[in-house]
Amino acid sequence: MIRALTTRRTEMAPFLLLLPAIATMLFVVALPLVFSLWTSLTPYKLTKPDTLYDFIWFRNYIRIFADWDFWEAFLRTIAFLTVAINLEFALGLGIALLINKITWGQRGLRTIMMFPMMFSPILVGFQFKFLFNDHIGVVNNALQSLGLTDQAIPWLVDANLAMFSITLAEVWMSTSVFAILLLAGLFAMPRDPLEAARVDGCNPWQVFRHITLPFLMPFAYIAMAIRSLDVARAYDLVAVMTDGGPAGRTELLWTLIARTGYDEAKMGQANAMAYISTILSVLFTWHFYRKLVAARRYMGGAE
Amino acid sequence: MTVSVESRASKQAKKVALWLATFLLMLVMCVPGLWVVLSAFRPNREILAKPPVWVPEELSLVNFGKIFGFGAEQVGIPVGSYFTNSLIIALTSTVIALIIGVAGGYSFARYRFRFKGGIFLGLMLFRAVPGIALSLPVFMMWSRLGLVDTKLGLIIVYVSLNVPFTIWLIDGFFRQIPQALSEAAQVDGCTRWQAFWKIEFPLAKSGIAAAGVFAFLTSWNEFALASQLTRSTDSKTLPVGLLDFTAQFTIDWAGMCAMAVIIIIPALILTFIVQKHLIAGLTFGGVKG
Repeated sequence: MIRALTTRRTEMAPFLLLLPAIATMLFVVALPLVFSLWTSLTPYKLTKPDTLYDFIWFRNYIRIFADWDFWEAFLRTIAFLTVAINLEFALGLGIALLINKITWGQRGLRTIMMFPMMFSPILVGFQFKFLFNDHIGVVNNALQSLGLTDQAIPWLVDANLAMFSITLAEVWMSTSVFAILLLAGLFAMPRDPLEAARVDGCNPWQVFRHITLPFLMPFAYIAMAIRSLDVARAYDLVAVMTDGGPAGRTELLWTLIARTGYDEAKMGQANAMAYISTILSVLFTWHFYRKLVAARRYMGGAE
Repeated sequence: MTVSVESRASKQAKKVALWLATFLLMLVMCVPGLWVVLSAFRPNREILAKPPVWVPEELSLVNFGKIFGFGAEQVGIPVGSYFTNSLIIALTSTVIALIIGVAGGYSFARYRFRFKGGIFLGLMLFRAVPGIALSLPVFMMWSRLGLVDTKLGLIIVYVSLNVPFTIWLIDGFFRQIPQALSEAAQVDGCTRWQAFWKIEFPLAKSGIAAAGVFAFLTSWNEFALASQLTRSTDSKTLPVGLLDFTAQFTIDWAGMCAMAVIIIIPALILTFIVQKHLIAGLTFGGVKG
């Protein structure tokens, strides 16, 4: 009898310890998401509170799916993330391999690499807005002083260049997540298989492709998983650098949500878009989390 | 003979290439930030100069004095109160998130229970909801509860933003401590609670501090939610305040740079202190299942 009671108590302990965490997430995230789902099924406008109780089924969703502006922002967001994350992975891998080769000052270099990770995205946005300003920006000043161009290049005013500048800022900000975790992977790597492969006559490329890279993949997936938790912080960059302009050519899903919801006060429609962006982010995180678990199992759960 | 000379030369070339690549890398990493820092100490007229002034002629703290409202020229942006708001909000939400996170992380590290993996994944997926998407319903709810434009409103949101990742990190730190230690203490007559405070907590302390720094910086840097949930000096934080400078017709670049420096400095110092533990926590929690 006593034993049954104590086992029940130890069974309850982990749930009790997790209760505050679960309660917080339910109140601040899950409950608002339910509210958001309801709102997305109404024509709610902040200026007309009564419209919150006016149920219109999926009309908001039908409207945004028929709206080319939405699809343009949606596809631009997907393209932006694909380009940015692949670049970050490739550059991060390159940087990790480079620093792994260096024998002096490794720790100092690693510390410097952590700094962009800790920068506020809004600050990164401002920093590049400052550097890329067409009149006073240091990039144009340098190009003009060196005589490479005699005209000011409109980095943030021309549509294509603006998207390029935003991607650059994003890559600058997030490459270090990959570099640092892949470097940690390289440090943790056992030497024996590398030497064995070399003795067996593998060339450096084969060693990298068949030994180093598979060993690094779990670390890459940690980086991807961490990165996927806040992909939406690119919103901050765009908000300060171009605010979706010129003429909506750098509009991402997130800036479109803010514009529709707050500037145009169409809360119902904005919530419908927000739901789509939430599903997108959740799927993204879920995908990389599963990859991480699979890679971990492949490695036998331990190093 | 010639072979060895050649290989020595190519080794030398490789070394130079390596050095050059590292130098370029550090240049790209550091120069953008350093340029902003340098500009914070220069007068606006030098920043705006055409042709550009490359070597600063005068460096001063005038821009910092201006944004904090000292001296003759008042900028009219209450950076002082933004700073206090940021500090109060980030510190409070970090402390609460750490308490919740230590409990949750310990639970994941030390117990086996049903739905463990599911609950962990669930927490992570809740964290993945984009800030701007979450801001819409939270804004509507908070305005009904009277929490818009209050520090409390933002603190509650930031706690939930930080809990999942704090749990991820602290779970990793606790799992690095052998379970045998606390079991031995329990055999010697400690309760589990005592064993936790006397053995496991002191060992995980630096890791918990690293998780705390990460949580602090997340709150300190957050913009998407803060920009919608704050209105006035009662609750506006530094990242939101930075946009005050661009709302005007002419951008006060020097003032913005000075404010950027104020936002960066705590981040750099804290990162520098905990970087070792943070990397260990990120990799350990993720790689060992």
